[in-house]
Amino acid sequence: MLFTHTVAEILEQKGISRRQFLNFCATLASLMALPSTMVAKIASALEQARRPSVIWLSFQECTGCTESLTRSDAPTLEGLILDTISLDYHHTLQAAAGEGAEQARIAAMLSQQNQYILVVDGSVPLGNPGFSTIAGISNHDMLLEVAKNASAIVAVGTCAAFGGLPQAYPNPTGAVAIGDIVLDKPLINIPGCPPIPVVITGVLTHILAFGAIPELDSLKRPKAFYGQSIHDRCYRRPFYDLGLFAENFSDEGARKGWCLYKLGCKGPVTYNACATLKWNASTSFPIEAGHPCLGCSENHFWDGGGFYRAISLPSGNTANTAAYAVTAGLAAGVALGTSNRSRKAQAENEHQIITIHTIDKADKKDKA
Amino acid sequence: MSEADLFMLVRGPLFHAALAIFIFGNIIKFFEILMLGHKPDYAEARGSAVQGGIRTIFSRFIPDAGIWQRATITVIAGYMFHLGLFTVIFLFAPHVLIFQDLLGLKWKALPTQIIDAATLLTMLALLILLMHRLRDPVRCFLSRPCDYLVWSATMLPLITGYLAFHRFGIAPQTLIAVHIFSVEFLLIIFPFTSLTHAFTLFLARYYTGFTAGHRGINA
Repeated sequence: MLFTHTVAEILEQKGISRRQFLNFCATLASLMALPSTMVAKIASALEQARRPSVIWLSFQECTGCTESLTRSDAPTLEGLILDTISLDYHHTLQAAAGEGAEQARIAAMLSQQNQYILVVDGSVPLGNPGFSTIAGISNHDMLLEVAKNASAIVAVGTCAAFGGLPQAYPNPTGAVAIGDIVLDKPLINIPGCPPIPVVITGVLTHILAFGAIPELDSLKRPKAFYGQSIHDRCYRRPFYDLGLFAENFSDEGARKGWCLYKLGCKGPVTYNACATLKWNASTSFPIEAGHPCLGCSENHFWDGGGFYRAISLPSGNTANTAAYAVTAGLAAGVALGTSNRSRKAQAENEHQIITIHTIDKADKKDKA
Repeated sequence: MSEADLFMLVRGPLFHAALAIFIFGNIIKFFEILMLGHKPDYAEARGSAVQGGIRTIFSRFIPDAGIWQRATITVIAGYMFHLGLFTVIFLFAPHVLIFQDLLGLKWKALPTQIIDAATLLTMLALLILLMHRLRDPVRCFLSRPCDYLVWSATMLPLITGYLAFHRFGIAPQTLIAVHIFSVEFLLIIFPFTSLTHAFTLFLARYYTGFTAGHRGINA
């Protein structure tokens, strides 16, 4: 399919009606928290937009992000977008292999200079270029080569956005996030392990419709999807406020669907759209399935002090620290107390009784 | 340093250090006081010294009529502050978890709405007490910089905790980190300031009641 085709033409060829298209635009506006007046503008922009070229690079990752995107229920918004974009290079999804695949990437880079979108999943190892290579090219070199002429970069998944699992302590490969290497291009982080499929496609569509990246938070995440915490949107929140918690996975609280805070839920410090968009065609999300949020869309979530440890708890063994402090305190306290007592006893021993006669005697002696 | 790094720092090494200083410092203080001893009273006992000591520990919770009249604001705001602080520290679910982790004991937490109200009332009481201290010439004259440090160190965890709970402004992880840090500061200065009264008041009351009880006086 030629790049000169507009999105509207492609959708028409795929048998998408005008009504369906407008529904899609309305859904997008709703997802991105845009006012309803924007629906017509999105439709107009999408109708005229050229089919965007996307190069997808996978580095140190588990392919879960690609699975998340492709295993979504069909037909969906994300399916629609995947059909609309020109995914010119994705070494997991493409049929070509070896030299042929690399040629496709180079062809897309040359023909769509400064127009293609670079999507990356996985972190980049800086410890040794040989830790992760594609066609003999290190991840670092390939990222710089493809990023050079990209119009925007989308870091999909926590590994690409923040370093993720490869960066977890002790970070044996020296893994870093995409944003640590590419500093001079518009970057959008879509963290999650994996991210919600519609968030990936929603962001791509936003770029397509508006020709600009969406509003981002301090971690470069789109505010429309990462603007609220899981905790604030969680249907179990009323139980938190009432002080009703599941203490373990099989108690009354767990059966009644009470708050999972005590079981280590990271919802209060996790920003994502799981509680509203949900997963598997909006069926449920981890907390609804009875498991605490792991905080997978946050930086360093692997090293966050334990998945099943409540966020208010200190990390490490506090009872040990307390025991050591008590022992040391007792020893030092007894030592200091003894020292004070001996000083007191010494002062008492050195105490001289002075009476008025003693002073008189001293005065007379002085005068004499 | 990222938000996550800061969060892990205050939850990890800093918390352990603050806890160790708090326990170590307070135990030393206790031993120093206890091992000083007291002068033997050779007078014939006119009542039970131990009973007098125990009675005074509790009787001093109720202010007498004279104190009510002389220091009404201090008594009302003081009670409001201390009860509120006790509620916030010991009955907020995330705090209960910390005590459970540390002591192995657990108790029921209060709903967050009650904790929320208690936090506001506690902060209000602290403000009233500060105003009273500043406006009253005698209290103002007697106050040292350390008293204002103690007031600030007590107020900060309340403010930061309230902000963290309601997620005002910056990211919640950072707000919680700042809140935990403010508590750690309080724990660190605790053994070296007048904050130790939280423990030593029982010793002081017992001592007063003990000596009075020996003489047959209800203190």
